[in-house]
Amino acid sequence: MRAFGITKRIKSIKFALLSPDEIRKMSAVKVITADTYDDDGFPIDKGLMDLHMGVIEPGLRCKTCGGKVDECPGHFGHIELAMPVVHVGFVKNIKNYLDATCPVCGRIKLTDEEIEIYRQKIEEAKKMGASPMQLFVIYKKIIDEAASRPICPHCGAEQKKITLDKPTTFREEGRKLTPKEIRERLERIPDEDLPFLGIDPKTARPEWMILTVLPVPPVNVRPTITLETGERSEDDLTHKLVDIIRINQRLRDNRDSGAPQLIIEDLWELLQYHVTTYFDNQTSGIPPARHRSGRPLKTLVQRLKGKEGRFRSNLSGKRVNFSSRTVISPEPFLSINEVGVPEKAARELTVPIAVTAYNIEKMREIVMRGTSPKSEDGHYVPGANYVIRSDGRRIRITENNAETVAKKLEVGWIVERHLTDGDIVLFNRQPSLHRMSMMGHLVKVMPYRTFRLNLAVCPPYNADFDGDEMNLHVLQGEEARAEARILMLVQEHILSPRFGGPIIGGIHDHITAMFLLTHKNPKFTKEEAIHILSYLNYDKLPEPHIENGKEYYYGKDLFSLILPKGLNMEFKSKICDPAVCKNKCVHEKCPIDAYVVIRDGKLVAGTIDENAIGSFKGKLLDRIAKMGSDVARKFIDDMTRLAVGVISYRGFTSGIDDEDIPDDAQRQILAIIHEAENKVGELIESYKKGLLQPAPGRSLEDTLEMEIMGVLARARDEAGKISARYLGLENPSVIMARSGARASMLNLSQMAGSIGQQSVRGQRLHRGYQDRTLPHFKRGDLGAKARGFVESSYKRGLNPTEYFFHSMGGREGLVDTAVRTSRSGYMQRRLINALEDLKVTEDRMVVDTGGNVVQFKYGEDGIDPTRSSWGESIDMDEILTELFGEDYLLRRRKK
Amino acid sequence: MSKIVLIWKDKSQNVERLNLNAPVYYALDFELPKELEPPFYGYITLRGKEANYRVKITEAKPYAPIKDILKRSNKNLKIIVKVEEVQEIASIPLTEFQKRDGEEIKRVSKYAIGILPEKKEIRLEKYREMSEEESEIQNIAKKYGVELPFSVLEKIVHTQKEYSLQKNELKKVVKKVVERYRNRLVDPHEAVGIVAAQSIGEPGTQMTLRTFHYAGVAEMNVTLGLPRLIEIVDARREPSTPMMTIYLKEDVRNNEDKVKEVAKKIESTQIMDVADIITSIADMSVVIRPDPKKMEDRGVKKEDIIEALSRIKLKISVEVEGNDIKIKLTEPSYKRLNRLMNDLRALTLRGIKGIQRAIVRKTKDTDEWVIYTQGSNLKDVLSLREVDGKRTTTNNILEIADVLGIEAARNSIIKEAKDTLEQQGLNVDIRHLMLVADIMTFNGVVEAIGRHGVAGEKESVLARAAFEITAKHLLTAGIIGEVDELKGVAENIIVGQPVSLGTGAVTLIYKPKKR
Repeated sequence: MRAFGITKRIKSIKFALLSPDEIRKMSAVKVITADTYDDDGFPIDKGLMDLHMGVIEPGLRCKTCGGKVDECPGHFGHIELAMPVVHVGFVKNIKNYLDATCPVCGRIKLTDEEIEIYRQKIEEAKKMGASPMQLFVIYKKIIDEAASRPICPHCGAEQKKITLDKPTTFREEGRKLTPKEIRERLERIPDEDLPFLGIDPKTARPEWMILTVLPVPPVNVRPTITLETGERSEDDLTHKLVDIIRINQRLRDNRDSGAPQLIIEDLWELLQYHVTTYFDNQTSGIPPARHRSGRPLKTLVQRLKGKEGRFRSNLSGKRVNFSSRTVISPEPFLSINEVGVPEKAARELTVPIAVTAYNIEKMREIVMRGTSPKSEDGHYVPGANYVIRSDGRRIRITENNAETVAKKLEVGWIVERHLTDGDIVLFNRQPSLHRMSMMGHLVKVMPYRTFRLNLAVCPPYNADFDGDEMNLHVLQGEEARAEARILMLVQEHILSPRFGGPIIGGIHDHITAMFLLTHKNPKFTKEEAIHILSYLNYDKLPEPHIENGKEYYYGKDLFSLILPKGLNMEFKSKICDPAVCKNKCVHEKCPIDAYVVIRDGKLVAGTIDENAIGSFKGKLLDRIAKMGSDVARKFIDDMTRLAVGVISYRGFTSGIDDEDIPDDAQRQILAIIHEAENKVGELIESYKKGLLQPAPGRSLEDTLEMEIMGVLARARDEAGKISARYLGLENPSVIMARSGARASMLNLSQMAGSIGQQSVRGQRLHRGYQDRTLPHFKRGDLGAKARGFVESSYKRGLNPTEYFFHSMGGREGLVDTAVRTSRSGYMQRRLINALEDLKVTEDRMVVDTGGNVVQFKYGEDGIDPTRSSWGESIDMDEILTELFGEDYLLRRRKK
Repeated sequence: MSKIVLIWKDKSQNVERLNLNAPVYYALDFELPKELEPPFYGYITLRGKEANYRVKITEAKPYAPIKDILKRSNKNLKIIVKVEEVQEIASIPLTEFQKRDGEEIKRVSKYAIGILPEKKEIRLEKYREMSEEESEIQNIAKKYGVELPFSVLEKIVHTQKEYSLQKNELKKVVKKVVERYRNRLVDPHEAVGIVAAQSIGEPGTQMTLRTFHYAGVAEMNVTLGLPRLIEIVDARREPSTPMMTIYLKEDVRNNEDKVKEVAKKIESTQIMDVADIITSIADMSVVIRPDPKKMEDRGVKKEDIIEALSRIKLKISVEVEGNDIKIKLTEPSYKRLNRLMNDLRALTLRGIKGIQRAIVRKTKDTDEWVIYTQGSNLKDVLSLREVDGKRTTTNNILEIADVLGIEAARNSIIKEAKDTLEQQGLNVDIRHLMLVADIMTFNGVVEAIGRHGVAGEKESVLARAAFEITAKHLLTAGIIGEVDELKGVAENIIVGQPVSLGTGAVTLIYKPKKR
C-alpha cells in the first residue's frame, strides 16, 4: 500500500552527454557477435540478445540483476567501434566547433579581451533568467565571430576553410577530414573555452560527439516478437545493430590485416552510414535503411518523433485501465449529473475499496456475491472481481472461491467492487476541445449495451446519437473521487468559461415543448395537467382556474412550478419581432406574447423559448445557474422532464407538407424570381454594351458579378418573405424555427420558395467547360441559371443542372469542414502549448512557471469569466432587480 | 526642442566595449564639428542606415595617448570624447534625422551631424483620473474591504445617474456589488491559460475558411474567420490582406469633398493607373497616353507625370506631343528601353507607399466620413495633418508594434481577435483574448504562438521536445547540460507527477496523529 500522505517527487532532470568511459562503465556486456539466438532459441553469449542486457522471455533470469521478465529493468551493453564515427545529431555543432577554434592550439579564436566581454554578457543573461533558447542566440553570435577570424589570435596559426558535405563528411579545403582527425582537434579545445561554444564542460566534451563506443540498448527496448507460426522477428533496432557489428568486425579485420587504405575507407564510410541510420533513418542526403520487405526501418529518432512518437503518444498521453467505451443513447429520465452504464460494463469496471473495521461486514457480503450476482427480483447488485491482500497479492474471485475469500477478508485488504449507483466516474467524448469534454457523472447501472445520458449535456460534449461513442473512466483514488465530485461534476459546468453563459441547457424538443407549454398560455384539463406533471416529482397542483364550472390549468402555471422561488426578471423572447409592435415594446401586453415577465418565481407573461432555456443563449437558465449548481441542476432536470411530458402528451409532428404554400404564393415567388432573372439579363446586356459603371477600384467584370449576386440574393430574400407570410406560428416547422429549437426561416424558405444562388469560393459557379459551366448552356452565358442559380425549391425538386450545381456548393462545404478541423486543431495545440503553464496566484496575478508576471490582475479585473454575466464583471441589472425587485423592473421599462 | 547630435558609424565590437566599460574615454578618428558642444548625444549606426545606439557624451578634447582608452580605429585619431553611457535603442532610420539645411540624412559612411526633430505626441484620453463620484463609491467599497476595478465603478456611477439613486440606495447597491464581486473573483491556482486556449481553440472548428467582403465596404476583400485568427496568433509580419481605417480630424471629417481629397493623397497612384504606356521599338521611344477620365478620378495632372518622370535615373528626354508624353532615350538600346519600361511601371506618381486603394465611406454609428484603405502604412498616414491619429488603425499588428509600441500592439491583438470572432458570431470572453495578447507581448516584442515564439522559448527541455522538433531539443540539452526543473505542466505529465496547477498546486499536507 502507498505510504500515507507524502509521495516522492522528482525535483529535476539533468541532461548530459555520455562519455566513452561512462558508456563502458554502465555496460553489462561487450557485444561482439552479430547473432541473436542459437538453434535452440537460446540467446547467444556476447550476442545482441545476451542475457546480461535483460530478459524478454518468461522463465529466464537476467544475468546481471537476476530479475525475471517484469522485474529486470534492462541493462545497456556496448560495441567497441574499430574506427570512430560522427554522431549525426551533432554534425552542425561539430562544424561550429571546428570553425570557431584553432586547428593547431585548440583555443577559441577570440582575443582574451573579447572572451572577457562575452563572459560578462553570458553571466548577465543568465542572471536575467534567459531561457536556453535566448542563450543560444549569444552562443551563435560568439561562434560566428570566432569563425570569421582567419588567424588564431593565440598561436597565429592559419585557419583553412572547412566545409560540411551533408550529412557527415567534413572537408578542409577539399581534403577529407576523417572522424579521427576531427576528434583529435576537438580534444585539443580546453575546458575553459567550452562555455563560449555553448558547452557545459561539466556535462559534455566536444570529442564525445565523435563516437568510439556505441551503447547497445537493453533487450526490453527492442524485444523479439514471436509470431503465431513460431517464427521470430527482430526489432528494427536489433537489425540495425546487427549491421553495425558486422561492418565493424570487417573493418577491424581489414585494418588489422593491413588491407589497402581504399578498402578501409570504404568500410569506414559504410560503418558511418549504419551508425547514422541507427540514430536517424530520415537523415537527408542518404537513402534510408530498409527492412527486407522494403519498409524503411524505424530507428531511434523515429521512435521519439512526431504524433506517434514516444513523446506525444506515450509520455504526454498515457493508456489507462478501468475505462470503457461504447455507443451513447439518450435517456431523458436521467439527471444531467448521471450516466447510464450497461450492466456488462459495470461488472468489468471496479472501484477499489479499502476494508476497514467499519465496512468489513458489508465488504464480506459483496465478495460473497461473486462476480455476477443478481438480487432476488433479478436486478443488478454489485459483486467483486478481485481482492488485494495486505501484501499486495491479488486474488481473483470466482463463483467457487467467493465464499472462502469472503471469510478470509481482513482489515487492510482491498476489495475491487463492481460499479454501483452513485459511484462517480469521468465521462468523455473526443475530440476533447474544452474542459467540458470530460465531466464527472454519477453512475446509474442500466440494462442493454449503451451509455445513456440526459439530452441537456449534449452541447458541452457536442454529442448526438447517430452512432457517437464515448469513454468512461472509473476513478481509483479517494482524492481523485473527491476532486471529481467537487470540481468535475456536470452541475458545476453548466456555465461555460468561454463566454459566461450556460452551455448545458434545453435543445431541440425541450425548446419546442416549452414553447408549446407557455406560448399564449394554453389551458389544460386536470387530467391533462396531472399526466404532464407525472413526469416530474411534484405532488401539488397549482391553483386551478375555473371556467364553466370546470377546472383548468394554464401552461404558464405549470411551468412556474419548476422555477425557483424569489426569481424576478424580464427579457425578450426569441420570437420577439420588432415589426409587430413597431419597435415600441408593450411588455406584458405583447400581441405575440414575446415579453417574458417573471415575478417571484412565477411566469406572468411571455413565451419560454431558446432565449430563456436554450443552451448558449438561455437568459433564464443563466440567472438560475448563478443561484447555485444544485438549484440549476434541479431546474434543468425538471425542465427536460417537463418538456418530455408536454411534447409526448400533446404530440408534435413536422412534415414536408408544413411547407405547403398556396398556389397564389407560388406564383408570386416565381414572378419575383423571373423578374430578378430578367434584371440579371439587363445587367449583362448593359455590360456587353459597355454601359455598366465600374464600382471604384473594381474591374468591370467584378462589378457585374457583384451586381448580379446582389439582385439574386435580394430575390431569394423576397421569395423567403413571401413564403414566411404564409407560414404562421401554428405551423410545426415554423414553431421550431422561430422558437430556436432547430432550423431557421431560411431553411424553410428554401423548402417552400427557392433555394437560391450556389457558390464556390464566394463566387457564382463559373468553372467547368470552356466558357460555360455545363454543356447545357451557350458559351459565355452569364445568366442566372447558367451560373448556378437554383430557382426551384427543395420541395418542388431540382432539375438536373440545378442538382449538379447544388452538389458543387455542397462539395465545397464538405472540403471546408475537412480542412478546417485539421487547421483549427493545430492552432489549438499551439495555443495550449503556449499557455498551459499560466496560473493565477493568491493575489490574482497571472504568472508562468518561471515566475514571470504575465498579467498583474487576471483579465484586468480579476473576474472569472465563468462567473461573469456574459463577460460583464457585474451586471447592474441583476443587482438592481435583486435589491429593488419589481420596482426597478418597472422603472427600467421607462428608459 | 531639437538638439544637434553626432551620428557615426561603428563596429559592434567597439560598441560592446563601450557599453561594458562606460563611462570611458573614446578616441575618434575625425574632427568634431564646431557646433557640437558637450554635453550632447551621439548616435551610433552599425550599418549606416539606422541609428542603433545612443551615447551620452560629456567631454571632448583633442587626442592624446592616455591610458585606459578605447579607440575607434588605430590610425588618425583626432579627438577624445568621454562616453558616459550607451543605450541600445529601437533603431531609428537615419532619414528621421535632418541635416542642418533641413534635408534628411540618407546614409552615414563615417560620421555626420544632424538634428533629430522632436516627435509629436499623441495623447490618449483613456487614462483619466478617478472622478469624485467614483472615488466616493470606492470609499464605500473599501469599507467592505474590497477595491473595485475602474470598470465597475463606472457602471455604478452610470446606474446612479440613470435611476437617480438615493444615498442609502446607493450604499445598498455598493454593498451588493462588493459581495457579488468577491464571489466572482477567479480562484487562485486556476489554470487560466489552458481555459483561455480552449476557449479560443474550441470555436475554431465552427469558423469559416473563406475571405469575405468587409462590412460596409463591398469593394474590399478581407481575410476573416479561421485563417485570420491563425494569422493573428502567428504574428505574421504582414497580414494577407493589410487594411487601414483612417479617421480624420474634425475640420475635415464631415466634408465629403475634403475627405476625398485626403483619400487621393493617400492612395498611391502608378502611371499604369491613369495612362497607357505604348512602346515603340521603331524609334526607341515610349509614349505615355493619359486617360483624361482616369486622371480626373485620381486627381492627377499631366504635370505630375512629367515631374515624376524626372525621378527616372536613365538618361531620357521628355517631349509633350498634344495629349501624349513622349519619352526618348538619349543613348538608345534595347536593354535600356526595357529598363525604362520597367521603371515607368514602378513609378509612383503620388500617394503613400503600400496603399493600393483608398475608399471613402460614411460610418453608421458616428456619421462621419472615414477612409478605408487596402494596403497599410501606418507611419506615413499618421504623419498627414488631416488624419486623426488617436483613432486611425491598421490590421497589421507588427506595424502597430513598430510605430506605436508594444502596448498598442497588445490592444491591437485583442481587437483584431475579438472582431474576427464576433464577425463569425462567436462569443468568447475578452479576458481569454487578453491573456493570449499578453503572452504574445509581455517580453516587449510581438512573439508568435508556436515553435518560433512562445512555445519554443519554454524553459523545460521535455516540454519543448514534446511540442515539436523532438530530437534537436534533446541533443542540444545534452551539450549545454540543461536541467529540467519540472515546473511546468507538460514535463510533470511526462514523468507522471501531479502538475502545479489547480488542486495540484496546493502543497498543504495533513498528517493525522498516530493512534
